[in-house]
Amino acid sequence: MTSDLIQKYMVRFYIAMFFLYLFGPLILMGVTAFNSPTFPTAIPIDELTLKWFSVLANDKDMIQGIKNSLWIGLGVVCLAVPIGLAAALLMSQVHKKAQSIYYMIVVSPLLTPGVILGISTLVFWDRLGVWVDADYNSVFYSGIFLSVIGQSTFISAYCMLIFLSRLQRFDRTQEEAALDLGATNVQVFWKILIPFLRPAIGSAAFLAFLTSFENYNTTLFTIQAESTLTTVLAGKVRLGTNPSLSALAVVIVGITLVGAVTHEIYRRREMRREALAAEAAKRAAHTADKGMAPV
Amino acid sequence: MSDFLSVFLAVVLALLVAPMLQKNTYTVWANLRQVTFVKKNGVLVSTYLIGAVFIWVVLMIIAPQLYMVDFSFRDGAIGGDPDAYTLKNYSYLIFGRDSDENLFNLLHLQIFLKTILASVGVTLLAFLLCYPIAYYLAQSTKGGTTRLFLIALILPFWVNEILRAFAFRILFGSSGVINVSLMGMGILDEPIDFIKADIAMYAGLSYAYILLMVFPIYNAIESLDHNQIEAARDLGSPWWRIHYRVVIPYAKPGIASGCTMVFMLSAGALAVPQILGGPSSLWFTQIIYDWFFTGGDWSRGSAYAFVLLFSCIIFVLAVMKFFKVNLGELAK
Amino acid sequence: MSSGVDLEHVTIRFGDFTAVDDANLAIRKGEFFSFLGPSGCGKTTILRAVSGFNEPTEGTIRINGSDMRGIGPNKRPTALIFQNLALFPLMSVADNIAFGLEVEGIKYVERRRRAEELLDLIALSGQGDKMVSELSGGQKQRVAIARALAVEPEVLLLDEPLSALDLKLRQHMRSELRNIQQRVGITFIYITHDQGEALTMSDRIAVMSAGVIEQVGDGSTIYNEPETAFVASFVGENNPFYGKVVKVDGDYAQIQNKFGLLRGRNTQGLNEGDAAILFVRPEALSLVEGDVPAENVVESTILSEEFEGPSIHIHMEGETEKRISFAVSNEGKGTHLKVGDTAKICFEVDRAIVLPEGDLADE
Repeated sequence: MTSDLIQKYMVRFYIAMFFLYLFGPLILMGVTAFNSPTFPTAIPIDELTLKWFSVLANDKDMIQGIKNSLWIGLGVVCLAVPIGLAAALLMSQVHKKAQSIYYMIVVSPLLTPGVILGISTLVFWDRLGVWVDADYNSVFYSGIFLSVIGQSTFISAYCMLIFLSRLQRFDRTQEEAALDLGATNVQVFWKILIPFLRPAIGSAAFLAFLTSFENYNTTLFTIQAESTLTTVLAGKVRLGTNPSLSALAVVIVGITLVGAVTHEIYRRREMRREALAAEAAKRAAHTADKGMAPV
Repeated sequence: MSDFLSVFLAVVLALLVAPMLQKNTYTVWANLRQVTFVKKNGVLVSTYLIGAVFIWVVLMIIAPQLYMVDFSFRDGAIGGDPDAYTLKNYSYLIFGRDSDENLFNLLHLQIFLKTILASVGVTLLAFLLCYPIAYYLAQSTKGGTTRLFLIALILPFWVNEILRAFAFRILFGSSGVINVSLMGMGILDEPIDFIKADIAMYAGLSYAYILLMVFPIYNAIESLDHNQIEAARDLGSPWWRIHYRVVIPYAKPGIASGCTMVFMLSAGALAVPQILGGPSSLWFTQIIYDWFFTGGDWSRGSAYAFVLLFSCIIFVLAVMKFFKVNLGELAK
Repeated sequence: MSSGVDLEHVTIRFGDFTAVDDANLAIRKGEFFSFLGPSGCGKTTILRAVSGFNEPTEGTIRINGSDMRGIGPNKRPTALIFQNLALFPLMSVADNIAFGLEVEGIKYVERRRRAEELLDLIALSGQGDKMVSELSGGQKQRVAIARALAVEPEVLLLDEPLSALDLKLRQHMRSELRNIQQRVGITFIYITHDQGEALTMSDRIAVMSAGVIEQVGDGSTIYNEPETAFVASFVGENNPFYGKVVKVDGDYAQIQNKFGLLRGRNTQGLNEGDAAILFVRPEALSLVEGDVPAENVVESTILSEEFEGPSIHIHMEGETEKRISFAVSNEGKGTHLKVGDTAKICFEVDRAIVLPEGDLADE
């Protein structure tokens, strides 16, 4: 008789456990950011403190790493978004027979482990550098440049997938209509296609930057003498260090929450705007078409 | 100088320059304008499209991969002959040094096998953890709640992979929360070394890629018409049979996609094993890392990397065959 | 040299498929010209060839006498109204209308002024700042027309633009389109599968079937003087009687048919022995009451009756699966005929036409 009820509670329990697994470790880590012991400790609470945040702010390695990560992220956005866009636009124009092989090649970076992308980038550019007899200060040996290249290899594929899904909803006759009205191909591209893709360009850039900022596996091989936030962090964590790392996590989660909430508000507003437009169209249909506007 | 590279670059250059070397460059360009592709996109956009995709596909995807494979067949050790092809980097993985006592390189082979099997295990674990959640979100919750849950799912993954691993270290460390609580309750007298036992690592790996398992499955199940489930229930099907016969077959592409991604990321993981792995147990990627940055033999590192890549390709092909899905459905 | 649009031996193939087969036409300047035919007959292909989206495989398209080969859609003096309208959803109504001027590099103030003028023309004054999504179906339609007119094309091409609208709005838009055309005075080329649209709006109509232009003429010619069996059966209702020509006298021909000897006008110069179809429109058929006429009497079984208010449609057994249909006007008492009865119907010689045998249009 109560088996349904039992099942329902089991499901609830499972979900609660799942989210505990998801958030528990992070919450504990957050607690350690405010606890005073030098070794990250969640319980017992010794003394509440903010000192780990100031330790974080004064960590020169970390600051340098963050700076490099920002530059690399910017570079990846500048490289991966245009590449992803071009690859997506080309998809529908590739000859039917070549389409599947083209698709296979361009999504392959997503199914390749990051370390391998890093290694192949490293050895390839190293060899290119030797070949052109490049100076050791040149781009061929620059950790920042190689990281941008290595990360863009797979981030471009992410961007491409975003553009492809947006393009699926594009009405190709719009391009024809613009051409027919006298637009050149370049004008069609800039005035019709790009405005349509603008939201996708935004999310692709955002995703590209974030993925780059978080990347470790590829970067570890390409960064060489330089450092990024992730390599600095990994170095510190492996040495088992103090709660300033927890403080960093708290900062990141804080920024994330603000971002998520902003995005949600923006989305709601967008939805309301669309609903209003639909309402207006309905009203227009009532007044104009029923009354048959005079000509 | 690598002859592979020079041949490759020569071909690329030839393709680029050949049209311009013909007698009348002008007509070549005039004819180029007649090509349907150029006509359709305009010269400027065509150049951008072809150029960007060329740089990506050739210079970033194909050439580096091919070069890495080529490089792995060379003697990259100091004092070796870098121009001659050799199998010694691969034979090292299998047989080790000639002077070793054992016939096989047991250490590396063991690590390789452990990495692959453990990745399969992590993939299964992640699937078992995620499937109920994905199903619940896709079929049992309504719009607003679903969005809230989805945001809650994504949120932890905005925290860096390394910091997430760090959180597990705090949790599982010898003075971590679990040990302290268990000892506090008097269950344990001495802390358990979760890290040495690799428990922390497996937990961390499953945790790290949850998102990549939940979302493909969620997306697949979400499009399943709830009436199908109702119909099956109506016909008297028990809940497990509904999943086995209706939901899982329908969600196959999503499951395949999630499994592929989780396996690939686990096998290629570096941060989590570095941070949560026991000091005596290595992950295969860590050996690769060592060949590059402490062993100083890039060729051997490349060979090991290729072995890893090859294993991943095999896994992807196996998944495609097993689930009868194509590549397009895997990478979404 | 003619002005307007000329098609000279235009053939368009896609691989092995011939979409348009040797089309020859001279569309006059300022004419409202329709291509009428079932879907897949090649009419849209012709339209796209005129607008420049595909080139004829053979033959020449001239606009105002000049050969259009190799000239892209953006360089031709044509504007196309798409079936789905293809308005730009991210632009305001005014920006949509002024798009053609914008790409020409005309200054904002000037193109805004032009847009306002056109908004007046389509009775949407002051609504230029609305987004396209805020408009009703009929308003979108008019914006699409204004957008095309803004570039001052010499030829306006319309690809079934009314097909997405509901019936009432469609009928209203017919007269509106015709109205706009008369005011701007440019050539309209209109594509439709709806004969009502073609007949009410057009100066002339080309009826197409399977890539071939069957007949060109004004509405009443197409309806009253069809030249092929396809046109006779596609435009309006028609009752076919299959047979062989047994006698030709003057402008008339007589065929031998299952129902006997039937006579009609012989406009296509058929000779004795030719396979032919005699067509009689439902409105030309009437019940024989009283004296039986000397010729053109058909006797058959009544299969069904449909009461439609002012008239009653009667279907009788034909020689094929297609029934003989006609209508009698309702004189307040209904008919005395019942389903299953045998009845005689007749028609005047001048209201029947004998055409060479050919494929009929699908129902």
